[in-house]
Amino acid sequence: MSEHVAPTRTSAYEARLRQRYAAEKRFKLLGLSAVIFSVAVLLVLLVTMTLNGIGGFQRTELAVKVDFRQAALSLDPNIKAGPQKIRALETQGLPAVIEFYGNRSLGAEGYAELNSDAWRNAASQIIADPSLLDKEAVLWLPASDDLANAYGGDGHLDLKPLARQLADQGKLEDRLDLGFLARSDATDPQQVGIWGALKGSILTMIVTLLLAFPVGVLSALYLEEYAPKNRWTDVIEVSINNLAAVPSIIFGLLGLAVFLGLFPNMRSAPLIGGLTLALMTMPVIVIAGRNAIKAVPPSIRDGALAIGASPVQVVFHHVLPLALPGILTGTIIGMARALGETAPLLMIGMRAFVATPPDGFTDPATVLPVQIFLWSDEIDRGFVERTSAAIIVLLLFLLVMNGLAIYLRNRFEKKW
Amino acid sequence: MSGATLLLVGLGLALAGWLAARARAWSLKSASPKGQMRALPSYHGWYVALWIAIPVMLFIGVWSVVAPNLVMQSVLAHPAAAQLPEFGMQRETILAEARGVATGASQTVFNRGAADLVEPFREAIARYRLIGVAGTLAIGLLFGGLAFLRVRPDFAARTKVERIIMGMLLLASLVAILTTLGIFLSLVFETVRFFGMVSPIDFLLGLHWGPDPMANAANPDPSRYGAIPLFWGTIYIGAIIAMIVAIPLGLMSAIYLTQYADPRWRSWLKPILEILAGVPTVVYGYFAALTVAPAIRDAAMAIGIQNASSESALAAGLVMGVMIIPFVSSMADDSIAAVPQAMRDGSLAMGATTNETIRRVLVPAALPGIVAGVMLAISRAIGETMIVVMAAGAAANLTANPLETMTTVTYQIVAMLTGEGSFDHPATLSAFALGFVLFLVTLGLNFFALRVVKRFREAYE
Repeated sequence: MSEHVAPTRTSAYEARLRQRYAAEKRFKLLGLSAVIFSVAVLLVLLVTMTLNGIGGFQRTELAVKVDFRQAALSLDPNIKAGPQKIRALETQGLPAVIEFYGNRSLGAEGYAELNSDAWRNAASQIIADPSLLDKEAVLWLPASDDLANAYGGDGHLDLKPLARQLADQGKLEDRLDLGFLARSDATDPQQVGIWGALKGSILTMIVTLLLAFPVGVLSALYLEEYAPKNRWTDVIEVSINNLAAVPSIIFGLLGLAVFLGLFPNMRSAPLIGGLTLALMTMPVIVIAGRNAIKAVPPSIRDGALAIGASPVQVVFHHVLPLALPGILTGTIIGMARALGETAPLLMIGMRAFVATPPDGFTDPATVLPVQIFLWSDEIDRGFVERTSAAIIVLLLFLLVMNGLAIYLRNRFEKKW
Repeated sequence: MSGATLLLVGLGLALAGWLAARARAWSLKSASPKGQMRALPSYHGWYVALWIAIPVMLFIGVWSVVAPNLVMQSVLAHPAAAQLPEFGMQRETILAEARGVATGASQTVFNRGAADLVEPFREAIARYRLIGVAGTLAIGLLFGGLAFLRVRPDFAARTKVERIIMGMLLLASLVAILTTLGIFLSLVFETVRFFGMVSPIDFLLGLHWGPDPMANAANPDPSRYGAIPLFWGTIYIGAIIAMIVAIPLGLMSAIYLTQYADPRWRSWLKPILEILAGVPTVVYGYFAALTVAPAIRDAAMAIGIQNASSESALAAGLVMGVMIIPFVSSMADDSIAAVPQAMRDGSLAMGATTNETIRRVLVPAALPGIVAGVMLAISRAIGETMIVVMAAGAAANLTANPLETMTTVTYQIVAMLTGEGSFDHPATLSAFALGFVLFLVTLGLNFFALRVVKRFREAYE
């Protein structure tokens, strides 16, 4: 058709034009595939973690029929604390009762296939529902790690027939395990939970926020509103920008050399972890804060000055409230980064095995990303699922924080 | 928790001071003939509160460092401490156990000799806690009282308060300098100690890396501290493999999103890409070790490469490259968007296709920004730790085969400092020397990137 429309075009020109249009199409396709590839990798990552992790919220449990009327256990209603109730049941012989009925309902060696802490689990079920003690009940108790692996498809060959047999009788199945969110680290994947790590993370984040937010905001205010233009201000600015570029592990080295030097007894305490992460988060808050403060129009400052406010009043009564949503957005993003940070915390010793949730800022603790790292080193198949489940929890937290930041940005975004 | 108790005491005092001074100022105001004061009552309150809070905070800060040492000294002065072993792990364990029981953190002691120390510990802790509370109260009351006496109608409380606030602002901005200085000094200090044991030349130019934390610390073998394989591993994984992934993908994504994509799609795709940078690195590391590395090994086996390792530089580099994509793409995005529309329109008006415009006009004009973005991405990649710790391996190999295990500077820092080694051992100190090199290189890249942008950015209009 082209020879009619544009008779001046030679065939060589036509060929070149076709080639150029083809190149255009290829280029566009290349760009699209780059985007699609990146999104696809993200999807693969999320899908792999979700598929692996769903199993982590379950555990393999055995049905044990216990006739508590025969066992003659009692629960003193005067005892208030949970651990003491468990101890009371233990002294009355609950472990032996579970062993007896375990063997009866699961076969001669059945009890051996229960988790060694199964009786604790039975005890907490009794505490939750004391009326169990007056009847015959079917308790679902965690299976041993080996049996769980055999049921899950790998592990000991000699346990597989037993696992299949029990599963066929309906006595062995994977059941939802919400206790995963409430327990702490353990050596057995059937008994682990993330509450200890989560609580450590929360305590660490509180310290980080309490230190990084005020210092970050005040320093942003100073630099943006009051700092004279001189060499000192330049040095401060350069060092803040450089700190934002320093690898996180270097902050870990600082924490190790300085904070642990000052407080040698506080290895792996949330206080030291929070201090270290605060130094890392502060530059992020300063940079976000300065941008938010810069966005407040000068007319507002001039207006306030004109009716007699002092420079400090201008900033704290007018500029800061208007800049706060932007500062908060930056703070949440910085905190999200600190929440996912692992390397600096490894440096200051937060990689210890901590089986009890921390009670304060100076107790030994671990945090969620470090817990993930520690579990990822375990060889046991059961830990793979648990690790992925912990990752899901961590990603959910990050999603919520980032969602909040986006919401704040959209909700309070102002155009002057 | 004694620090927290002291803080609460201090804050309570400050609040009381605030209320008292404000009430006093109100009464002065109503008592004065014209009802006029030089400052609002709440400024008088703030004046007193700050005069209580600041000295108290300083005291608590110093006290929380000093008190544990004082407790330890008084315990060691106790006769029961005479039987303690002279030094070493044993002594530390016994003391830690006794302290644990005394503070209620643990129930019983295991080591012989610890039980005798529980009582002295408990006494000393109680004594110094009392002194701490008394000190806090005394300082708070003293400074609060002095400040309170100045509450008068003609006292310009506001200017004083504002001066204190300005001082606090200045101090806050100095934290950044202090942190930088702290990083620099702690790295330099330990590095100098390390170079006292192993010569810098052996460290920077040696080709064999294999520190032995169990070897005699006094007489290290310098030939085991050659860091070249680590530098090579870091560059190979972070600056070569990761960038082969991240630069084309990041750049093409940015071009597609700014030049071709429908705005509605763009508003969705850009945040989704940014999620890639927000995923914690430990998750990437786990993904690399669990999914990517076995897949690469199987693929290598399938095409007939024997001895493919399940920990490979390739797996770590690929995953790290994916993580870096948003860095490259957002910097490229910004600098392409900064090229004036007129240049794009001009090129299109001359009959160039969109991709010719992009390749011949937009990308060259945006090049300084893109280069700076790539440099920042590299500095981020070589400082990245968790991915290489989980996926790259521990063996220091000086090879170009991406399927072999390779180790990096960050991996070795983690490995050297999370072992059982003491702080006087060259193997442990080498981690600080490695950290120092990493610090200098990332700062250099960052500095250079900023210079490139400043120097070569075209000023349009």
